[in-house]
Amino acid sequence: MSERLIIEAGRTERQYWRDLWRYRELFYFLAWRDLLVRYKQTAVGVAWSFIRPVLAMAVLTMMMKVSKLPGDGASPLPLFVFCAMLPWQFFSTAFSESGSSLITNSNLVSKIYFPRLVVPASSIITSFVDFLIASVFTLILMVWYRFIPHWNICFLPVFVLLTVGASLGTGLWIAALMVKYRDFRFILPFMVQFGLYAAPVFAMTARIPESYAFHGVDVPVRFIYALNPIVGIIDGFRWCILGGANVIYLPGLVASVVGVAFLVWSGLWYFRKTERSFADMI
Amino acid sequence: MADSVIKIENLSKRYWIGHQAVLGEDHVHSEGLRHVLERALRSPARWFSGKRNQKPSGVEEFWALKDVGFEIKQGDVVGIIGRNGAGKSTLLKILSRITEPTNGRIEIEGRVASLLEVGTGFHQELTGRENIFLNGAILGMSRAEIRRKFDEIVAFSEVEKFLDTPVKRYSSGMYVRLAFAVAAHLEPEILIVDEVLAVGDMAFQKKCLGKMQSVASSGRTIIFVSHNMGAVMGLCNRVVWLSGGSCKMVGPVREVADACVATTSLQVERRTDLAKIVRYEMNIRAKLMSLEWLDGVPLKHGIPARIRIEVKFTGDVPDFQLSLGFSTMEGVRVATFDTDSDRGFKGALPKDGIQAFELVVDSLALNPGLYMIDVMTRSGNDYELDHLRGAASMEVVSSENTPMHFFGKASSVRLAGRWSRV
Repeated sequence: MSERLIIEAGRTERQYWRDLWRYRELFYFLAWRDLLVRYKQTAVGVAWSFIRPVLAMAVLTMMMKVSKLPGDGASPLPLFVFCAMLPWQFFSTAFSESGSSLITNSNLVSKIYFPRLVVPASSIITSFVDFLIASVFTLILMVWYRFIPHWNICFLPVFVLLTVGASLGTGLWIAALMVKYRDFRFILPFMVQFGLYAAPVFAMTARIPESYAFHGVDVPVRFIYALNPIVGIIDGFRWCILGGANVIYLPGLVASVVGVAFLVWSGLWYFRKTERSFADMI
Repeated sequence: MADSVIKIENLSKRYWIGHQAVLGEDHVHSEGLRHVLERALRSPARWFSGKRNQKPSGVEEFWALKDVGFEIKQGDVVGIIGRNGAGKSTLLKILSRITEPTNGRIEIEGRVASLLEVGTGFHQELTGRENIFLNGAILGMSRAEIRRKFDEIVAFSEVEKFLDTPVKRYSSGMYVRLAFAVAAHLEPEILIVDEVLAVGDMAFQKKCLGKMQSVASSGRTIIFVSHNMGAVMGLCNRVVWLSGGSCKMVGPVREVADACVATTSLQVERRTDLAKIVRYEMNIRAKLMSLEWLDGVPLKHGIPARIRIEVKFTGDVPDFQLSLGFSTMEGVRVATFDTDSDRGFKGALPKDGIQAFELVVDSLALNPGLYMIDVMTRSGNDYELDHLRGAASMEVVSSENTPMHFFGKASSVRLAGRWSRV
């Protein structure tokens, strides 16, 4: 006999991680499905994953020009904006796709066994492909502006990883919560929209004052702002690609890393805890 | 557990039932976020102490399964039967790990694949080819495995021509064929199948059953859930009978099926509606409609009896034959009436419409007891058209012609003959 499986109430399955490994190809297949399906019956097809970030960048650059926001003062404004749009687009699509992934795949969840973790995780892979396409556009922008990236770019993978972690952690939370409370279907788009304004897409974190006197008490405004893990990620992207005035705010980076680690850990914990009742509730 | 591959002990599953919806186990589903927050704010201590998962107010508990236990041995083909709501689907869901039991324990040896629905995970927009890979992966096959079996799957499904067409343009028959083809080529040690065979045309259903039989004969274990007694009897060697969430009987197929038929239709009726019995085939050219005991029930031993059978014809049936059999509750046929031996019918039969037939028995040779009635229509001796095993049950009581001594009552049939002194 090859293997023995024991099913018991409340048993934290020891096979879980082994199963996850065995179903590793499902990550790929689900992501592949989402990519294939996304541009079926569209006229321009894959070009959409190019057009979307470009349009977003164009609109934001115009907005900054009109409202006379300076960027970092040195690098071209579109590039400055795009360095923030890159991780932000990745995070927001990965977060919202994985957050709603269990609901959109409810027919699978209620009929077939597989480690449920595959579903939100593979949505992140799908968004990552979009991120790669958008990165190609960044390269084109650099060539266009004859901009030579800072050597810090070697550290970029670290921040990409941080973005994956942030979207996985938050995505797991929302996915598991949405199975039980469909309220999150309405909360999620709002969170994404709000997040854009809370992230330093238009300006640099460095321009936010270190502290601010509020009724005689010094409030560490910049540190509080930097508690949002996305702030550290966007700053990191700018530091890697543009360098120059874009410096890393160290307490913010540490907060980002710790925050992302906590999100992933707690997201996994909550997901695993509620996972076994998904099929009954979805 | 020498050669048992599945061992189930005291398995129970509880659901909470609310006023409007079926609720998830230990969770209040219909309760929105607002209620949870409200309760958390009202009594935070209670909320944080973890007591929030106690029985919610306003809901009832419902045991979909209660203390179910049985064992399945390697190579068994086990049928799970029971009415709607008996717990069949819940048992399957627990066995295939989709949901967790509330209590109890299951030990399974070997790789399990379950097929609770044909075409789960198929995507409407993808082509047949793409769906084969996707569905295979979802069912647990590796890419290499799918590639190896790809041609076989395509051949089995008979959709070669439409491989690169999105499945949303498929006819429902093609869709089902492709979906079953993928699932049929899984090679698990234990295969769990829900009533997926209830779809598709007859020829394909036969093919599916054939495929499952070949899987079974290769020594693998199959668990098959069905309402369809005929399919269960044809395929399974053991049966688990669920009723009201508990295991009523486990045993060899004939034994359990008979007991099941006996209790579900033991009320001996003067007229039995055969049309409503669920069949494995869909278009039956000579379908049995009703069975009526014209001289009343119960039957009396040694007394004449008249039986009326209605058959609905749809199409031409050459050499139509009708049979009626009496079996004991253990499933042993003890008496048969057949138009073949009684020289059949004269005159043309309707091509379309209901025709009644009457059987007259001069003296019922069956001894008092309980019997199951099997009825069958066929065309010639080669084509079975409609075959209902245990379609009704019947009681035979004694009359003035019944022997008084136990020796005469010891058999089911008492043959008539002439004794003389020589």
